Amino acid sequence: MSVPASFYLTLSAVLFTIGAIGLLVRRNVLVMFMCVELMLNAANLAFVTFARELNDVAGQAAVFFVLVVAAAEVVVGLGIIVAIFRRRVGATADDIHVLKG
Amino acid sequence: MHGALAGGLLATATVPDALTFAVAAIISVVGALGVVLSRNPVHSALMLIMTLFGVAVLFVEEDAQFLAAVQVIVYAGAIVVLFLFVIMLLGVDRNESIAAEPMPAQRWLAVALGVLGLAEVILLARGKWPTGAHTVAGPLHGTGQANVAVLGRSVFTSYLLPFEITSALLVIAVIGAVVLARRPRGSGEDVDPSIGPRVDSGEIVAGGGGSAGRGGAGAGAGSAGAGSAGAVSPEQSIQAERAAGELVTAGEPFGAVLKEAEGVSIVQRRES
Amino acid sequence: MLHAAFLIPLFPLAGFAVLALAGRRLGNPVAGWLGTAMVAASFVVTVIVFAGLFQQAPAHRSFDQTWWTWFSVDRLHVTAGILVDPLSMTMALFVTGVSTLIHLYSIGYMEHDPQLPKFFLYMNLFVSSMLLLVLGGNLVMTFLGWEGVGVCSYFLIAFWFDRPSAASAGKKAMIFNRIGDAGFLVGMFLVYERTGSLQYTTVFSRLGHVSGASLTAIALLLFLGAVGKSAQLPLYPWLADAMEGPTPVSALIHAATMVTAGVYLMCRINPILFRAPDAAHTVAIIGAVTAFLGATIACAQNDVKKILAYSTISQLGYMFLAAGVGAYVAAIFLMLAHAFYKALLFLGAGSVIHAMNDEQNTKLMGGLRAVMPITWITFLVAWLAIGGVPPLAGFWAKGDVLLNAYGFSPWLYALGALTAVLTAYYIGRCYMLVFSGNARWVEARASGDGHGAVVSHASTPPASGHAQEEADTSNPNVSHERVSQRELHPHDPAWVMTVPLVVLAVCSFVGGIINLPFHPNLVFLERWLDPVVSRSLFNHHFGAGTQVLFACVDAALAVLGVGLAIALWRSAVDRPEVEPTFLQRAWFIDFGYDRLIARTSTVFAAFTSAVVENRVIDGAVNGVAGLFRSGGGVLRKVQTGYVRNYALGVMAGLVVLLAYVVSRSVS
Repeated sequence: MSVPASFYLTLSAVLFTIGAIGLLVRRNVLVMFMCVELMLNAANLAFVTFARELNDVAGQAAVFFVLVVAAAEVVVGLGIIVAIFRRRVGATADDIHVLKG
Repeated sequence: MHGALAGGLLATATVPDALTFAVAAIISVVGALGVVLSRNPVHSALMLIMTLFGVAVLFVEEDAQFLAAVQVIVYAGAIVVLFLFVIMLLGVDRNESIAAEPMPAQRWLAVALGVLGLAEVILLARGKWPTGAHTVAGPLHGTGQANVAVLGRSVFTSYLLPFEITSALLVIAVIGAVVLARRPRGSGEDVDPSIGPRVDSGEIVAGGGGSAGRGGAGAGAGSAGAGSAGAVSPEQSIQAERAAGELVTAGEPFGAVLKEAEGVSIVQRRES
Repeated sequence: MLHAAFLIPLFPLAGFAVLALAGRRLGNPVAGWLGTAMVAASFVVTVIVFAGLFQQAPAHRSFDQTWWTWFSVDRLHVTAGILVDPLSMTMALFVTGVSTLIHLYSIGYMEHDPQLPKFFLYMNLFVSSMLLLVLGGNLVMTFLGWEGVGVCSYFLIAFWFDRPSAASAGKKAMIFNRIGDAGFLVGMFLVYERTGSLQYTTVFSRLGHVSGASLTAIALLLFLGAVGKSAQLPLYPWLADAMEGPTPVSALIHAATMVTAGVYLMCRINPILFRAPDAAHTVAIIGAVTAFLGATIACAQNDVKKILAYSTISQLGYMFLAAGVGAYVAAIFLMLAHAFYKALLFLGAGSVIHAMNDEQNTKLMGGLRAVMPITWITFLVAWLAIGGVPPLAGFWAKGDVLLNAYGFSPWLYALGALTAVLTAYYIGRCYMLVFSGNARWVEARASGDGHGAVVSHASTPPASGHAQEEADTSNPNVSHERVSQRELHPHDPAWVMTVPLVVLAVCSFVGGIINLPFHPNLVFLERWLDPVVSRSLFNHHFGAGTQVLFACVDAALAVLGVGLAIALWRSAVDRPEVEPTFLQRAWFIDFGYDRLIARTSTVFAAFTSAVVENRVIDGAVNGVAGLFRSGGGVLRKVQTGYVRNYALGVMAGLVVLLAYVVSRSVS
């Protein structure tokens, strides 16, 4: 007998919350990015859990696509970070606040 | 509470399953906390790998063998390595202080909202909530086929169009990354990489050539060593002031920064 | 043969399209010939269709030709299509016929105008619209044509738009017509609301279920449209000003065809009028009063075109009188006869104006009989025709109207009879001033060395101030011509202008034969229109003796008018005792409109501009802007610029959404 889905989902929620709090609290853009990856992984875990629970392969297929999109996102995101760092020195996320009201 | 949790776990699952879940879950959560709490981005990246491994184990536990493998190969093997490359390229930025928060209430609000959201999700798990109809993708178990075969069949039949679109997305991402990372030709705003290595006792500290050193230079601006630099521009002194309250790691290898008006030329040298 | 009916409006429309695309390249006079040919082709088709309709049995002489569904909303299905029946074909026949002649005439009249292609462009569009109006199978198609002729009328009145008077006359026509059109539109809505259809045949078949009050309202609203279009009291002043347009336009649009659209509409809706006697009485009374009023004003005008304009208003009043008393055949009969002789009068006046180098004041003419024989003869025929001298067309037509008016009310008959005398008199006065007596234009030109005209104007009564302005500000190429050609040599115009005159004169002379009284076999028009209007004919049966008696009285009235004109104006030029100021100024009605409506609305507009616009509207706009500005000033603090802060907002939103979901799932 395997572990019930509620445990997985709770874990997923915990991971997601940690990622979200990290995103809001940290100022280093790279770490913020990692937090985004954490949140994506939490979502993936929930997907896989539901796939098992509902006996539906769609959940795993969704995770597959999330992985691909995450890879693309990291590539572009890091490209943007490199481009920003080339113009500014020691950029944390808070240094970039030109677009304020 | 822990006892109750473990009891609940053991009551519903066999011991190996429960044990695997518990260990993997603890690894994941500890890794996640490590990502958020590490001061050094490199540590964060390593902690991320830890979480990813934990999740991969959970994937195996949940009969998603293919995804577990991909998780390790793509995430741990490619994405996190990419993170590490960028960190090396730009320099390790330990400028950020975890203790200080420039925006008041941001942190407390973030934690409060996060906990609230978590509570809501857990509450939701207790309530009844329709999950909707089954998809057309087909069942996961009971087909007599391996996980990879089932997933592959699904991806190449039901999800063929999204699959093709993701290929286009990847190509676009590659092109985008190239365009973003490319040095704009003939633009004066960029730093001349030839300056860095030639300054007096100048020695490149961080690997990755001149451009990597620039990022590091900025990162080091807040260190206590700023005051000992030869020339201090007004901007830099402001930066130094702001950084004064932050924690400074002893033996910081990065030294002063000389930054000209528009950040055109940055010189970096090793502190003696 | 009947199915070719769709070609009738299509030919002039094609002419319009060609002239619109290539008119300037075709140039002068090819564009004119093209436009004329298109209208002539339309006339030929009309004759063919008419003949085809004639061969049908009287009961089958009406059919709907549907082209396509124009639009379809809920229960409302409006088709683009035409109704071919004796009434519409009669109208189409005379519209295309008269239009062809006037187009031909215009080639000569407009030959020196560089804008000739544009002129024929508008004229073709007008003819096409007019044909749509008369042929339209439902009220919407009629309204389409109605507005089409309205806009063409505007374009053509303001054709010489560089004259301020022409431009403002165009605007005036537009505005007066809008008032009427509003009535038409509301009437149309009411028709749909009450009968669920706009197709004439369907509407008429469902009238039995409609209450009398609704029918009266419908009839009066549509009559309001007719009043605007046909220049009846109280919406008539625009027609006098419409004489600013080129004379062929006045002949075609503002005498023969467009202004009779209102009469046509009244005849078309005769089943409604029949069931709404109160509305019909209103039509008759307004028609009679307008006829009298127009005739009195025409007695004191000096501008030849103004005389004819008021004469048109008066004659249209006759037609409404006929329609109102239920004598639709008489109305159509008078419309046809009027189309002939009024077009002839206008074209004759155009020839005179042309010969006098755009002089329109009759007091400065005279003695043209000797130098313009064809114009003289035809004008004389037109005078006698409109005056009702037997056996010309006007005698029969007007006799028919007056007889029916008598059957309805002796009072209206008395008013009509008085108007008949005046009609013969004022056209006679015009005729005498223009064609007989001394050649006053010789002295006028000789004395002032080209400026004599202005001197003479100064001595004319104030009412002709308009004409004076007109003469002074006539379009540039004409005034250029006047300077270069100070010596006037009036003569009959070229054949393209005289042929229409002669044809129309013949029609005016013998036009009466289409509906002679005395014997049931001679009333061709009445029998032809019988399928359309028989049900609603008021039953006025007069014995042959009565008819002969009335014919004699009519003839006596005409002769009285003619004699009066000759007696008064044979030798005199100015007779202030019969040209009182209040008649010259048109009973001060236009003046009253100006004071009461135009001035007050100008004052009101100035007030709204100064106070409402500046204070209220601008204040509101600025206030709203200021509100948003200060609100934005407060809200901009939300935009901190920090990404993490925005992410916090996203997170908060997520928590709220989750709270909603939880509340739903737990309960």
